[in-house]
Amino acid sequence: MNGRTPDVVVVGAGIVGACCAWAFAREGLSVTVLDRAGIGQGATAAGMGHIVVMDDSEAQFALCRYSQRLWAELRPQMPADVEWQACGTLWVAADEDELEEAARKKTFLEAAGIGCELLDAKSIAAAEPNLRPGLAGGLLQPGDSAIYSPCAARWLLAVSKVDVRLGVAVTRVRSGDVTLADGSEIAAGVIVLATGGAARSFVPHLPIRPRKGHLAITDRYPGWLNHQVVELGYVKSASGESAESVAFNIQPRATGQLLIGSSRQYGVDTPDIDQPILGRMLRRCIEYMPGLAGLSVIRTWTGFRASTPDKLPVIGPHPEARNVWVATGHEGLGITMATGTARLLADSVVGRAPEIAMHPFLPSRFVEVSRHD
Amino acid sequence: MPEIVVIGAGPAGLSAAAAVRSHGQRVVLLDENPAAGGQIWRGERTAVAQGVETMFGTRALGIASAGMLLCETSESAVVLPFRKLVVATGARERFLPFPGWTLPGVFGAGGLQAMVKSGFPVDGKRVVVAGTGPLLLEVAEYLRSRGARIAIVAEQARWTSLIRFGLALRHAPSKMAQAARLAFSTLPRAGCWVTEVHGTEHVEAATLTDGRRTWREACDYVACGFHLVPNTEIAAVLGCHLEGGVVWTDDLHETSISGIYCAGEPCGIGGVDKSLIEGEIAGHAAAGRLPVARLFAKRARARRFAAALDAVTRLRPELARLAREDTIVCRCEDVPLSRIRECSDWRSAKLLTRCGMGPCQGRVCGSALESLFGWRPESVRPPVQPARAGTLAGLTGSA
Amino acid sequence: MTDRVALHIDGKTVKVSCRASVASAIWIAGGFRRSVSGQPRGPLCGMGTCFECRATVDGGKHVRTCVLTCREGMDVRTDA
Repeated sequence: MNGRTPDVVVVGAGIVGACCAWAFAREGLSVTVLDRAGIGQGATAAGMGHIVVMDDSEAQFALCRYSQRLWAELRPQMPADVEWQACGTLWVAADEDELEEAARKKTFLEAAGIGCELLDAKSIAAAEPNLRPGLAGGLLQPGDSAIYSPCAARWLLAVSKVDVRLGVAVTRVRSGDVTLADGSEIAAGVIVLATGGAARSFVPHLPIRPRKGHLAITDRYPGWLNHQVVELGYVKSASGESAESVAFNIQPRATGQLLIGSSRQYGVDTPDIDQPILGRMLRRCIEYMPGLAGLSVIRTWTGFRASTPDKLPVIGPHPEARNVWVATGHEGLGITMATGTARLLADSVVGRAPEIAMHPFLPSRFVEVSRHD
Repeated sequence: MPEIVVIGAGPAGLSAAAAVRSHGQRVVLLDENPAAGGQIWRGERTAVAQGVETMFGTRALGIASAGMLLCETSESAVVLPFRKLVVATGARERFLPFPGWTLPGVFGAGGLQAMVKSGFPVDGKRVVVAGTGPLLLEVAEYLRSRGARIAIVAEQARWTSLIRFGLALRHAPSKMAQAARLAFSTLPRAGCWVTEVHGTEHVEAATLTDGRRTWREACDYVACGFHLVPNTEIAAVLGCHLEGGVVWTDDLHETSISGIYCAGEPCGIGGVDKSLIEGEIAGHAAAGRLPVARLFAKRARARRFAAALDAVTRLRPELARLAREDTIVCRCEDVPLSRIRECSDWRSAKLLTRCGMGPCQGRVCGSALESLFGWRPESVRPPVQPARAGTLAGLTGSA
Repeated sequence: MTDRVALHIDGKTVKVSCRASVASAIWIAGGFRRSVSGQPRGPLCGMGTCFECRATVDGGKHVRTCVLTCREGMDVRTDA
């Protein structure tokens, strides 16, 4: 082993691992980050980088909101390549039922102190002229934003001045050390597993399932889109359990490119583009924005979200190994929740009371279930 | 009844389609260009064998579903059923970054020739032709025939390797005679290359060197050709196995995917004769017939020429060191060498610097990075070229 | 002459051969593209690979003009 023993080893240099490194470094702890590939090459590279406050559950809402506040604190120091965009989220209501859902959302968010604006048919058309006519309205959440996550991860690792070792695969994690593929070991007082879906190999009881997603990006069309625009039906697609679903979700990038999603598939583990589902996803988006059909798509890709049965991440102590901590299972909210996740773990490790309740996220909620079987 | 579809109407594709047709089977030949001939015969030899159905102005993008090829024209999406496929997608020029290579007026050698064939004026213009391979001589002669003044033809290979190449042509007397004629008429200078191009809004001059002496040539255009890169993207997206950067095929040109054949440059750069023969073999094989034995002997000869060509066009190491830290490598996203150097591989360069993330999908900077850092491109995903969202949505018939 | 067509390039009318590519017409008109960081760029590959010749043609963005033949009345913008 070279050098001294770090206080903390973080396994995984995605956005969650990078935020953990940042949060632990802030506590004055020495941190080593290991990744089997490079910075932000897993779900971090695949995702949209949308920082969005969702409200499917109280716990989800609390962590999104806490994390969003932490992102906003970081924003003034961010370099340009993080591409922070205050694009907000524009939830589209196709019909009166969805408009009712938009109104419910507004009541909930405003009660929690989050500013938002209900749009009627006319004002949503003015906000996004490329939406098809005839939509009922929508809800604008102006506090949401988008970032380019791989560069955010790189920046957080750089400013935290932590030791980053790439191309280093971890094969075993125990209380007090990790074993690398070459057989060597790194000892550390605290070990954090920020390995997304790969956490299953280190925490066997965790019911994490990969949920495949497709994305497409266009050439540059500056001014074509102003907000991240998402259909209200997205919540059904994301929170549902169906084997395969698509939803209209589109984001303007700082370059003027349009990032188009989204699809969700269980039970698929190959990264190949699935043309039928990509086609379904794009047809859904074109239904909402007919002009998209004529725009040039320059690239498509897929990624795997680490999903859990209750749609909440897994944050807390490893069920068996002492001083090993888990931070995974964020599904489609890994970018949003990365900052809050990291602070919750850092608080736990240094023994400070967390700012939001942590119990909904603890790994023990799943492990206990499996032990009762 | 779905038929045999040939992708690419250059020499290999034309020859494959003709071979299929000779057995009376249906064959559809598609090409993104408005006419047959590929890059090499652009606008000159466009004849298609009788009975071959053609779809020009049609780009193949990937597989729509089993047995269905997803394509697009300038107006609509096309889903084409096929029983068998012959991939004959040819090659593109290899580019290397050097200071000034992004200035308007710097072209590929074949690129400038193609431009001139489609109305680009070179009359009275002074042109530096530089790079490697026999294409330079052809281009120089062509440009001169269109009124250009050739300042110099700079061939990076040494005289010794050119002579070895010439000797390798002794089994192909017609090629040898042609090479000799072109060499006498264009008088290339061996062991010499462009190190920098100067200008503010467009090319004004080029600096050349022979390794000892460095000088400047005033010029209007620079045509630089660093040999060719096989277009393997469609084969890759169809799932065909690649080996050493070229499509692997068996002796009958069937790829690792049953029913998909590949011929010509994607199987290894070797020029027009190799492409014609390989296309013919692949066409017969795709039609379920055994090609006649003499074709294999001809192919063996053509492959010996390819090997000689490969040796003579091997780039000298100095060429990989021309780019400076501030030289743009990725022209789509304007990424300089210094930023790419911070990355350890293609994937991290793409994710962290945007290199290769523009509309050319790394076609230009990819071969440059292979020469500079030895990085091989990542796996290919559909669409193999930018395509309308409506096409990828499977909305056939829509614009 | 009937084998020549007129097209509008950045608002300027240019007459070229009906067999000319739009990229050639742009060059004849003295037009260049600007890259994403504002550098001048012209066509490079001449065969539809490099996208350096892209322009807005009749409102359609990102069209590769080196593989597009000129037609009477085309409206070409190099600055979008």
